[in-house]
Amino acid sequence: MTTQAAFDPGAAAARATDAILADTLHGAHRGVVVDSPPGAGKSTLVVRAALELADAGRPLMVVAQTNAQVDDLVLRLAEKKPGLPVGRLHSSDTDPYDKALDDLPQVRKSAKAADLTGLPVVISTAAKWAHVKVDEPWRHAIVDEAYQMRSDALLAVAGLFERALFVGDPGQLDPFAIVGSEQWAGLTYDPSGSAVTTLLAHNPELPQHRLPVSWRLPASAAPLVSDAFYPYTPFRSGTGHGDRRLAFAVPSDGSGPDRVIDEAAESGWGLLELPARRTPRTDPEAVRAVATVVRRLLDRGGAATSERSDAPAPLTADRIAVGTAHRDQAAAVRAALVDLGVPEVTVDTANRLQGREYDVTVVLHPLSGRPDATAFHLETGRLCVLTSRHRHACVVVCRAGVSNLLDDYPSTEPVQLGTVVKFPDGWEANHAVLAHLAERRVVWRP
Amino acid sequence: MSLISTLARLEAVATGHAQPAATVRHRHLSDRPLVFVPLTTAGEAGAPLGALLGTDRDAPRLLVVPQPRDRDLRFAFLAELADVVLPYVDGYAEAVEAAERTETDPETGKRVKVEAELCADAPQLIVPSRAGIDFVRLLGRSMRFRRTAEQDPETPYPAPPRVPLLGRWLTHVGERARVPGSALLLAMTDVLARHWATGQSSLEDQHLGALLAWIAPPDDEPGTEAALRAELARDAQGQLLCPPAGPATDPAFDNRLLAPAIERYDRARTAFAAAEDGLEADDRLGALTAAEREIRDLVLSRTLPTWQKVWQGLDLLRALPAGAHIEERWTRDRWSFTGHRDRITAGEPPQPRRDDAVTAAGKLAAREREQARLEAQEALDDPLVMAGRRLSGEAFAGEVTDVVMAYSESRRPSPRPLITVRTGDRPHLAERVRVYRSLSGKPQAAEFVERAGDDLIVLRIVDKMGRGKTPEEGSVPDKGDPVCFTLFEHEQRGGAKLPDPEQTPWTHGGPPGEAVLPEADPMTAEDLL
Repeated sequence: MTTQAAFDPGAAAARATDAILADTLHGAHRGVVVDSPPGAGKSTLVVRAALELADAGRPLMVVAQTNAQVDDLVLRLAEKKPGLPVGRLHSSDTDPYDKALDDLPQVRKSAKAADLTGLPVVISTAAKWAHVKVDEPWRHAIVDEAYQMRSDALLAVAGLFERALFVGDPGQLDPFAIVGSEQWAGLTYDPSGSAVTTLLAHNPELPQHRLPVSWRLPASAAPLVSDAFYPYTPFRSGTGHGDRRLAFAVPSDGSGPDRVIDEAAESGWGLLELPARRTPRTDPEAVRAVATVVRRLLDRGGAATSERSDAPAPLTADRIAVGTAHRDQAAAVRAALVDLGVPEVTVDTANRLQGREYDVTVVLHPLSGRPDATAFHLETGRLCVLTSRHRHACVVVCRAGVSNLLDDYPSTEPVQLGTVVKFPDGWEANHAVLAHLAERRVVWRP
Repeated sequence: MSLISTLARLEAVATGHAQPAATVRHRHLSDRPLVFVPLTTAGEAGAPLGALLGTDRDAPRLLVVPQPRDRDLRFAFLAELADVVLPYVDGYAEAVEAAERTETDPETGKRVKVEAELCADAPQLIVPSRAGIDFVRLLGRSMRFRRTAEQDPETPYPAPPRVPLLGRWLTHVGERARVPGSALLLAMTDVLARHWATGQSSLEDQHLGALLAWIAPPDDEPGTEAALRAELARDAQGQLLCPPAGPATDPAFDNRLLAPAIERYDRARTAFAAAEDGLEADDRLGALTAAEREIRDLVLSRTLPTWQKVWQGLDLLRALPAGAHIEERWTRDRWSFTGHRDRITAGEPPQPRRDDAVTAAGKLAAREREQARLEAQEALDDPLVMAGRRLSGEAFAGEVTDVVMAYSESRRPSPRPLITVRTGDRPHLAERVRVYRSLSGKPQAAEFVERAGDDLIVLRIVDKMGRGKTPEEGSVPDKGDPVCFTLFEHEQRGGAKLPDPEQTPWTHGGPPGEAVLPEADPMTAEDLL
């Protein structure tokens, strides 16, 4: 029996990957589902599976959800195996793909699927694949970010392939529809649900795998994210407590932002708590506090030590990101950062930060300053994305009183018969995160 | 809620009057709508109590079920309802015009134009509130699988002829009402709330009396007070002065007036049935008729105020000029009506209980497209709606301060003029974001180039300038022209082609199999009615 101390993350991850590839290449089932927690090497797995399928001579189509994801996969494939001819199927809009693909001679780009026939691997978005017609389906497909793909999008492309590997993160944001879809709630093929939900409802016998190790999240973050968002499918960090360090050349000036930065550098988490108050969505004080934390992170000459290199890497603007719930909040933070002279830092909503990775993230809590807790703001995936983008530390900026808000407003969503209830619910996950952050709290009155 | 609607609501509170949320009417209104004010029985889903309906505001037809738990009386009510609604619907089925429709050629798989009939106009049902739409759906669901004695001589409870057909039509309009911007079935509260912002919550806006109290208060009384009175004021008998628009009734009405009246009716009916000779029967029939009349009066007293309010709402809406795009959306409603007319004529079975995977996905995609189209069209039709989009950073308006001619870097250079717009708006523009303006009804695209100053935006126009080296006359704005660009697209692309239901893939359970004609719900031990 192995003890916890003997847990070898590399070996555990390798075992999981081998099992997945065995099922994908030699299994009897038409589909294989892989659940991957944040930063568990999902892209690496997709690239490896694609190369092995190509080596086995099976024509492969890859379905990703956004053009950025498609381009990223093409570049990763090219990096791993420069000789492999790859087809990039794109839309007929202007600038349909990353210009970097033009430097790769083995990548053929076209807006017509017919131009790409015969290539071992063809990659495109689900939206583009939906317009493709074939006489003979592909032998194999890989569906990336399958939990963010809507069931109706899978319906439109599933006729294109015989077998498929579905890879995704069940803890991130669920897909959504801009019109009501209650009339289909409870149906196994609810078109607004996630592709994996539909797939498993109709094919419960499919093998399901799980990547057990997060290489992104530090040892300080993995237990919290795992407990709060993946209570029944726990994972661990690939690195130990001593492996990553964040240090600052300039000492703290004693202000709230500096104290919370030190707390986060020390423990991996920091909560900058502003006085309780009901505010508009673009709460000016909270927005300024977020911008100030970013400014101080840069001013204090941060250096990040990790397993990736021996020498500490400087904490530069491209290694920091700010996450918000709403687009107008992101716009307000961007404007505040421009005022403080740091325009280069990425500021985006949870939806757009999915799949990205930074050293330090600063998060404006979705429930900060709100009078109510709506389903949107409680959504587990939103908080999960925001609190799982960092390799070193995460600073959350929030008004006091969110736990009272959670207790005052129990969930009022109507119960739908036949739907799979998602655990944990947003209420529970929010409480779990807040309880942990409360120990890392810095109270500040700006 | 958008910032501008929050501001409008605050202003409504401050002034005591509803504020306009639109300067034009955004929904098609028929010249001859069928107004339908239904009431339901408390505690009995799908047991109608009565309805007031018709196309003439001065001559509504009152239908009443004196004992809502009596299946025969309920069928009689539904048959009467069919007698009013179906002739109205059929009245639009005859007049047609020639039109073209794109279809997929079954042999070549190509999209081809085919000639088709399109009904020149379509029926329009108007119910007081959103709950009324749900009730229309419920009625449709309860009727469309019924069998008439003619269809199935064995059926234990045969439905009157035409009742199943009414169920199919109500189901159709109920389903169509889920499509954003459609107008075959409208809820008056929804349409009014689209055009006016009140000083109350959107939940309170679903009370037709309170909503009208804000929009058109009697004697210019402050909306707050008029709305409060509409919601709460009761007479000496404890009855609401403004009865709820239904279909649910006020419990005080149920308990104190309706229940005793129904009990008297039941007693009179039992007595009548027990009559032993003609003379006694005559007497007791008189009592029964009187008891029924009493219930009819009660139902009329609760529906007539709502009936008048619906027509008042129609007056208010008709006073607004029609938005430019509502005709186009109404044409799609006419297609929807024509399509269902054809399905009925062709003898197709009623709409299934549940959509199959392909139908559900198709409907969701179509509705999402309509939602995006509706939002864009409302903004283009109405400067006040556009102002809301400008305030939220999704559009900007201003004056052209500079035009510089430039060309694309291709072998055949095409015009790509740079224009500078001075605007006080603050759009969320990022590098190379596409923006659109309406150029004689067609969208012209431009790319964001840079901000030349705090209020100066430089754009590169990329299309709709003709094929020549010089842009066509009027296709590029001149210095000093007012322009309005949006960050959202004006037209929606068609969605992906979904497989045929028989081709449903393995991920979605495979083909649904042979379509079976659904049976009416079976009787169970719990069906006491």
